[in-house]
Amino acid sequence: MGSTWVGMENYIDAFESTAFRISLWNTFLYTIVTVPAFVITALLIATLVQPLGKMSQSFFRAAFYLPTVTSMVIIAMVWRWMYNYKFGLFNYIVGWLGMEPVNWLGQSDTALLSLMIMSILIPPGAGIIIYLAAMNEIDQTLYEAAKIDGANAFQRWLRITIPMLKPTTLYLFILSTIGSFQVFTQIIMMTGGGPGNATETIVHVIYKTAFRDFKFGLASAQSVILFFIIMIFAIFQYRTLRSDHH
Amino acid sequence: MKSNDVNHKIGKLLIYVSLIFMALVSLLPLYWVFSTSLQLPSYQNENMEEPINFVESAPPKLYPVGIGEYFHQWQEREKAEDAGDQKDAAYHDQKMDEVVTKTFEGFTVLFERTKILRWLFNSLYISILATLAIVLIDTMSGYVLAKKNFPGKMIIFWAIISTMMIPEQVTLVPTFMMVQKLQLFNTHWALIFPSLALAFGVFLMRQFLLAIPNELIEAAKIDGASEWKIFWTIIVPLAKPAMAVLGIFTFVLMWNSFLWPIIVLNDENLLTLPAGLKTLQDANLASFKLLMTGATVAAIPMIVFFLLFQKYFVKGLSMGGVK
Repeated sequence: MGSTWVGMENYIDAFESTAFRISLWNTFLYTIVTVPAFVITALLIATLVQPLGKMSQSFFRAAFYLPTVTSMVIIAMVWRWMYNYKFGLFNYIVGWLGMEPVNWLGQSDTALLSLMIMSILIPPGAGIIIYLAAMNEIDQTLYEAAKIDGANAFQRWLRITIPMLKPTTLYLFILSTIGSFQVFTQIIMMTGGGPGNATETIVHVIYKTAFRDFKFGLASAQSVILFFIIMIFAIFQYRTLRSDHH
Repeated sequence: MKSNDVNHKIGKLLIYVSLIFMALVSLLPLYWVFSTSLQLPSYQNENMEEPINFVESAPPKLYPVGIGEYFHQWQEREKAEDAGDQKDAAYHDQKMDEVVTKTFEGFTVLFERTKILRWLFNSLYISILATLAIVLIDTMSGYVLAKKNFPGKMIIFWAIISTMMIPEQVTLVPTFMMVQKLQLFNTHWALIFPSLALAFGVFLMRQFLLAIPNELIEAAKIDGASEWKIFWTIIVPLAKPAMAVLGIFTFVLMWNSFLWPIIVLNDENLLTLPAGLKTLQDANLASFKLLMTGATVAAIPMIVFFLLFQKYFVKGLSMGGVK
């Protein structure tokens, strides 16, 4: 594996490639949509589960976490089957609602959307468990004091729970953003980046560049770009969530 | 006061109903895996001329129809027996067998024609081996970083921590080149070696062991215990809760690993379960029933593992989150 010094050429090539540019945009879009959905769903479900008894808490914790313990490969396989044009569950529901069947993964205007829907509908099991642990740590006297002052349940949630959970929310945002920028398994198992480049993501492009086209230099440049994006997001999110604390 | 009480109860009931609904929706894909794996394929029942495929049917069959058909044939056989029609009874008896065979056909085909048991074994032994090695290495390094003083300690600590920031996806190319230079390509060592230094584990063990009082170690030293003995008789027993959490975390990580195995393995006999499932899907010959049967075989071990060690999963996740 001989290599020659090419300066910035690989970086220029990376940005000049349409597939890579689209993959940056797709990954960005995917993150913008799925990360807030993940955090908000986790917060809402945890809010509903937390006041229940210990037994119910551990039951729902298991029920929401269980679908995510299996490998993403399995989850992607079954979702591909559920999105099947002719025999899938989704088009069954769509037909039941009286609409025309949709070629979910097979056409470029719904393929990425389908992957986002999938990501949103998979329960945020880890997020729920982490939020529940943090909620159980909040000092109960805060709530009692607010109750005496006449705050209702929603006000207590908004004024006590949400602010007290800020570090957890930050942690989940960073964790799921980083995870979202690494999205790969669904892509290779369900669409292969297609149709066209419609569901191309950064890691899938890196994978193809390195291990299908054997362009290691270019793939490394793409990896470094991915690394910096992840870093920037982590720092940026940390800053914003900390600054409005003051 | 009384109406308030009723309101409270109704509210609680609504919460339960909506949570159960959401839980069911989230479990639906998993149900669909199991249901499809047991769906009756191309079966001809007495009213039909042509065999019909219940797996690929529109609208989809929401449960394995073999169950209903089995009971139907059973009733018919009873009826025939009561009527004394031996020939008809034998026919329905044969149909019952056919239903059972066809319902579980996915499993027999999968076990006979694919290497799935081999992949299951590979996944199991690689995950266990790597987990044991990682827990040991990380406990030792965590102990040294928490309790020993030596020049450059903090530099080493921060160097390890900073690698936590770099995801696996970013270092694919250099790791691949190293594996190739070491001639480990297409061996299980290629999966185990690069995973051995798990920075997260070092960090976890160090944080946990910082809380252990130095006096315990000092006292053992005065009693003449060797370093080795201190590690095994004092540190390891105290570190067990953290080791368990790390062990569970590592096992799941290794078991579900997908991107790296599909890069460094290409011999069918060496694949792990997730990588094997991909080849099954890529082959395009497999029916959805067969694919979902493969998914079932792959999903069950992790589900059992989760149900057994739920406590540690929760502990591990919350440890990261509360901090």
